[in-house]
Amino acid sequence: MPYLVDRKPLTLSERLYLPQILAGMRITMRHFFAPNVTMEYPEQRPAIPANYRGVPTLVKDPHGREKCVSCQLCEFVCPPKAIRITPGAVPADQPDRAHVEKAPKEFEIDMLRCIYCGLCQEVCPEEAIFLQNQYSLSGYTRAEMVNNKERLYELGGTLPDQHLKWDKKKAAAEVRGKAAH
Amino acid sequence: MISVPKPADLVTVNIDGRDVAVPKGTNVIEAAKLIGVEIPHYCYHPKLSVAGNCRMCLVEMGMPAVDPATKAPIIDAATGKQKVNWMPRPQIGCGTNASPGLHIRTNTPLVKDCREGVTEMLLINHPLDCPICDQAGECMLQEHSTAYGRGYSRFVEQKNVKPKRTELGPRVTLDDERCILCSRCIRFSREIAKDDVLGFIDRGSYSTLTCYPGRKLENNYSLNTVDICPVGALTSTDFRFKMRVWFLKETPGIDPESSFGANTTVSSREGVLYRITPRRNDEVNDTWMTDSGRALYQQVRADNRITSPAVNGVASTHEMALRAAADLLVGRVVPDEPRGKTAHLANSPCPNGVAIVGSGRSSVEEQFLTKKLSAALQAPASLVSRVGEGDKLLLSADRNPNVRGALVVGLINKLPDAGDAATSPRSSDGGVAAAPVKTGGLEGLAADIDAGKVKTVFSLGEDLMAAGLTAAQLAKVAIIYLGTHQNATSAAAKVVIPTLTVFEKSGTFVNQQFRIQKFAQAVPGPAGVADDLATLAQLVAAAGGVPVPADLGSLWTALAAEVPALATVTHASLPATGLLLDATPWAALPFVEGETLHFKPAATAATT
Repeated sequence: MPYLVDRKPLTLSERLYLPQILAGMRITMRHFFAPNVTMEYPEQRPAIPANYRGVPTLVKDPHGREKCVSCQLCEFVCPPKAIRITPGAVPADQPDRAHVEKAPKEFEIDMLRCIYCGLCQEVCPEEAIFLQNQYSLSGYTRAEMVNNKERLYELGGTLPDQHLKWDKKKAAAEVRGKAAH
Repeated sequence: MISVPKPADLVTVNIDGRDVAVPKGTNVIEAAKLIGVEIPHYCYHPKLSVAGNCRMCLVEMGMPAVDPATKAPIIDAATGKQKVNWMPRPQIGCGTNASPGLHIRTNTPLVKDCREGVTEMLLINHPLDCPICDQAGECMLQEHSTAYGRGYSRFVEQKNVKPKRTELGPRVTLDDERCILCSRCIRFSREIAKDDVLGFIDRGSYSTLTCYPGRKLENNYSLNTVDICPVGALTSTDFRFKMRVWFLKETPGIDPESSFGANTTVSSREGVLYRITPRRNDEVNDTWMTDSGRALYQQVRADNRITSPAVNGVASTHEMALRAAADLLVGRVVPDEPRGKTAHLANSPCPNGVAIVGSGRSSVEEQFLTKKLSAALQAPASLVSRVGEGDKLLLSADRNPNVRGALVVGLINKLPDAGDAATSPRSSDGGVAAAPVKTGGLEGLAADIDAGKVKTVFSLGEDLMAAGLTAAQLAKVAIIYLGTHQNATSAAAKVVIPTLTVFEKSGTFVNQQFRIQKFAQAVPGPAGVADDLATLAQLVAAAGGVPVPADLGSLWTALAAEVPALATVTHASLPATGLLLDATPWAALPFVEGETLHFKPAATAATT
């Protein structure tokens, strides 16, 4: 329903025009000297807070070994079904890995499906998958947006934790082996 | 399944305050299961002897109190009911049979304490392997620890370390750390497989499952030990680390390896088969199946699978191949010589010069359509026989799963002659050293080809060369081959139409007991391969027969109308455990099967 808006009469300073211009200039001039609130993206990047949920990545242990054992819990829990794992066995001829027995043959995360919810990180029993600070991802094809295992480790890097659960197991096995002989 | 007993054979027991009538001899675990009360157990298995060594099924038991002198019931003044004398210590449910008036309590603090204690003790040396353990998701220890465990660990010492990948045999890998010493595998090997190779050595927490020195767990039933292992100690070398079980879709199937007809569960994920495990059917296979039957899923993705139709060896479309096949069948194209020369054969068994080789590996529905085709063409149908040696357990002598289906629908009226062309088992049998199978039954066809009476042979997945025909005989005729895999016959065939394996279609088989059992499609067939029923129905129509429906539901209406043995059956109403058909019309036939589990051949059954 239309209704009338009363237009208030201008005050004296408004009618004089210049005081208002000067007041506006003052605000503009103040920002000349105030610190910047924007940044030159992409040359400058914002500092990412800890626990930021960026692109999911696979991490290696401090000895540069694969942590993922392809238990496929992340694949199971992933709400948009972005994760696809092909499990495989660790060959017996890798002395520092053979005792883990299982590792992913292929690990794919479709970043066109990923919703950055972080459930994969939460569910991982081996602390092998982390949503890190990478937030900008682009590609020319759909295939490019699927991160394979190699790319995931490249993005993930190394996690400096010292759990080394499987090493403890291996050490116990060796102690037992010596005791037996 | 327990058959319905006479009321006199029932005893009434009271479980958690509820009276239940169970057959005499039922043990407490099974009795509780009848009323939906779960008594957790590891070592007890319904088809094995009771060992009673896991102690997980401890329950409180009591008997109604009677006066020792007068035998008169003692009434509890507070409740007005007969008093129950509870035993001071818990008893194992698996080792106790139901007796009249027996009272069981499964939810008291004492029972709860027992379960927590047993679970804690089993978890002391159990490794935290669940992320890499193939049993995770179907592991009794996982389930019972969650349901009945304490929920936290008081154990601070080092866990025991044992060998992680011992190969007990060609198909079974043992992870000793996970073993909870339930001895199910030992009892299975001893009692069912009759190959007593497994046993425990060492003592206490160093106890280790192992094979007898110099022996291996390599019998054709070794993978059943993997199925019954309540934890992930025994794993299938083939399935190891392939897929987590919670992703697998389970489809009921029937083992097509022999006429035994073991019930199976076919597990697949997104159209890929991963494993075949037995499905319990107490009338047929109990809870067991053969290793060789489990390896059959590999044929689905075999290299020599036929995936596209071919006419004269050139890849073609399904429609063109069907038309070419129909032309050959009705004689529009004369393969080698003018049709006129065969005109004098009008009185012969194959007036059109067409012979049909049906298959004991086809489903009942396909055999019904084959019969329709045979009738439309007036072409005689024969079956290829496959006779091996039965192992008296779960592998019968007749290696065709459905010869009786062909009898029931009337495709044949006598058994195919046993052949003597020994064929080696297919390479897809997964390394199980199967006994040689004698293939044959086509002597009549061979004679007809030699006599020039047959010009066209229609083979439903049967390799004619393996069944005793020579290359020269094959060269004399035009062959239409409907099959799944390449072989000498498909190479010689004029028209090749690809078909589906048993895992890619639904249907029914009639096993050696004349039990009709249905199987369902587990995975879709390869792209471009039409449904077998549709292919056959189109051929029947093209051959001038009465059009028949090509979908299971309507086809079963036709089956019920035309096949007396199936008059009252529909595909939907077939029970999951199968339906026994009346076998009397075929009682006189000399079936080749010997005695197996839950089956005695008619001749032996009569004498014993």
